[in-house]
Amino acid sequence: MKRKYLVLVLLLLSLISIFIGAKEINIRNLLNFADEELQILLISRLPRLISILVAGMSMSIAGLIMQQISRNKFVSPTTAATIDSAKLGILVSMIFFSRLGTIGRMLISFVFAIGGTLLFMQILRRVKFKNIVFIPLVGLMLGSIIDSVATFFAYRFDLVQNINTWLQGDFSMIIKGRYELLYISIPLLIIGFVYANKFTIAGMGEDFAVNLGLNYNQIVNIGVGIVAMISSLVIITVGRIPFLGLIIPNIVTIFQGDNMKKNISYTALFGAIFLLFSDILGRLIIYPYEIPISLTVGVIGSAVFLYLLGRGDKYGK
Amino acid sequence: MANRRKIRLLAVISIILVILFVTWGLKSSNWGYFLSKRIPKIMAIVLTGGAIGFSSLIFQTATNNRILTPSVLGLDSLYMVIQSVAIFLLGSTSKLIVNKNINFAMTVVLMIVFSRILFRSILKKGNNNILTLLLMGLILGTFFQSFTSFIQMMIDPNEFLHIQDKMFASFNNVNTEILMISSAIILLIGFYSRKYLGIWDVLALGRDNAINLGIDYDKIIKTTFTIVSILVSISTALVGPITFLGLLVVNLAREFLDTYEHKFLIVTSMLIAVVALVGGQLLTERIFNFGTPISVIINFIGGIYFIHLLLKEGVS
Repeated sequence: MKRKYLVLVLLLLSLISIFIGAKEINIRNLLNFADEELQILLISRLPRLISILVAGMSMSIAGLIMQQISRNKFVSPTTAATIDSAKLGILVSMIFFSRLGTIGRMLISFVFAIGGTLLFMQILRRVKFKNIVFIPLVGLMLGSIIDSVATFFAYRFDLVQNINTWLQGDFSMIIKGRYELLYISIPLLIIGFVYANKFTIAGMGEDFAVNLGLNYNQIVNIGVGIVAMISSLVIITVGRIPFLGLIIPNIVTIFQGDNMKKNISYTALFGAIFLLFSDILGRLIIYPYEIPISLTVGVIGSAVFLYLLGRGDKYGK
Repeated sequence: MANRRKIRLLAVISIILVILFVTWGLKSSNWGYFLSKRIPKIMAIVLTGGAIGFSSLIFQTATNNRILTPSVLGLDSLYMVIQSVAIFLLGSTSKLIVNKNINFAMTVVLMIVFSRILFRSILKKGNNNILTLLLMGLILGTFFQSFTSFIQMMIDPNEFLHIQDKMFASFNNVNTEILMISSAIILLIGFYSRKYLGIWDVLALGRDNAINLGIDYDKIIKTTFTIVSILVSISTALVGPITFLGLLVVNLAREFLDTYEHKFLIVTSMLIAVVALVGGQLLTERIFNFGTPISVIINFIGGIYFIHLLLKEGVS
């Protein structure tokens, strides 16, 4: 797979994405800068496209970083309690700090996401038995415990519907003025690119990494920080997109190997393509209505994950 | 004899809880209305408890481990998938959907077929690796859930709203229309299972030993899975999925009794499930006034216990 083909596919899908919607956009009118068409483009279609691209790239790279530092192919924000903790954080901010704006909520959910991920990493360190399947299993369970705590309080404060609609990953509500927070993840992505080599070394194990002169703990903490930040940003603006961070890096690794410096750009591109494709699919199936992205990705993503697990004997150990 | 005494104790506790549940706050002015609401509900809960306790126990015997249960493998989510696809394909006004009993019978048959395919494909592959199986089950559950919501999205919204409450049961919305048919099925299964009690005891020794002792292994496994699918359909149809209840009650039953005999174990896990559900429902509904469905609390406790089991047994 050449990178330029991926870029080409991405551009093509982006174009398609801009012209799909309940309101038809006529290209000729657009070129004449007709007011109505331009407004739709600037207020709805472009923000949607940008947020899909950014979310796709950053969630995939968050997964890649996570897999490097935990040295496990099946770990990702979905399987490491990160997303569920972020959800709990949002709930706490809704209950106790209801006057906070979006940024305040984002920060609280970030604190929870980082806490949950560190808790998971801590359990990881305690467990001597590092079976490849065992660890995501513990992560999923930890996630569901945190989730049931969140559900419990959501019921008590009558916020169940509120939080569920909010966290349903969905791009249809993205319009100008509601997605700009996502831009924060771009500098995080750049940090990810810069540190790619160090994450690769950290992925060789603590002893080895320290021997090579790496400040292991610092790198791991930076990694967890980036992952938690990206997760809470995406969950606040878009909602939860399950499995994205899990399957994209795995598919890329099958073709590209384990060197993160080499495959981080592929991961980013492929993540964006996958998410964009799923979004277009969700928009077309019951046109002019939409199926939320979390469901499209949930169905495709869990099927791919099952496939990866099935071939687990050959790969991933 | 000690076992019998323990079982009797559990039975007494469950009866007391059931009576408490039914009579709490009854007055001469309201008893007619309350009883007409509560008796079907308590019947549904008791049947569910029984079905979950029974199915989880024999499932663990058949798969020879203590962590797997039908719902952990995503079987109750499969039920939801079948329901939603049926509505999507047949429409909400079809006779097959509107008549509760026909609908239920149809779903049970499909459950048996699909769960057999499911078990065959995943139990064969990871037969010796319990962890892969577990993870596959959990992901499969997620897959089924996303797929269910996906299908529900594609159903015409008006049509969907109309049937949503009737179709998808929960603790606050118990499906009482199929009480008759499900009690009949459970009684039949109980009667039919008597001759299997001893066979399950032998099956618990593991596949090779069971075959050596002259048991038609494949046939028994098939029968067991069929029973499990029917029971899971019943419990899911009545009150909706409760992922970790089976895991909790079966393990509690094994701790509580000191025996390998299924005639004790089955009764005990059924009774514990009833105590947990009725007691929990009393606590959340009447005493704490939580408004939280008890399944949330059970999943919280069950999740912690599950991690504990994993950390303890995962080393093997």
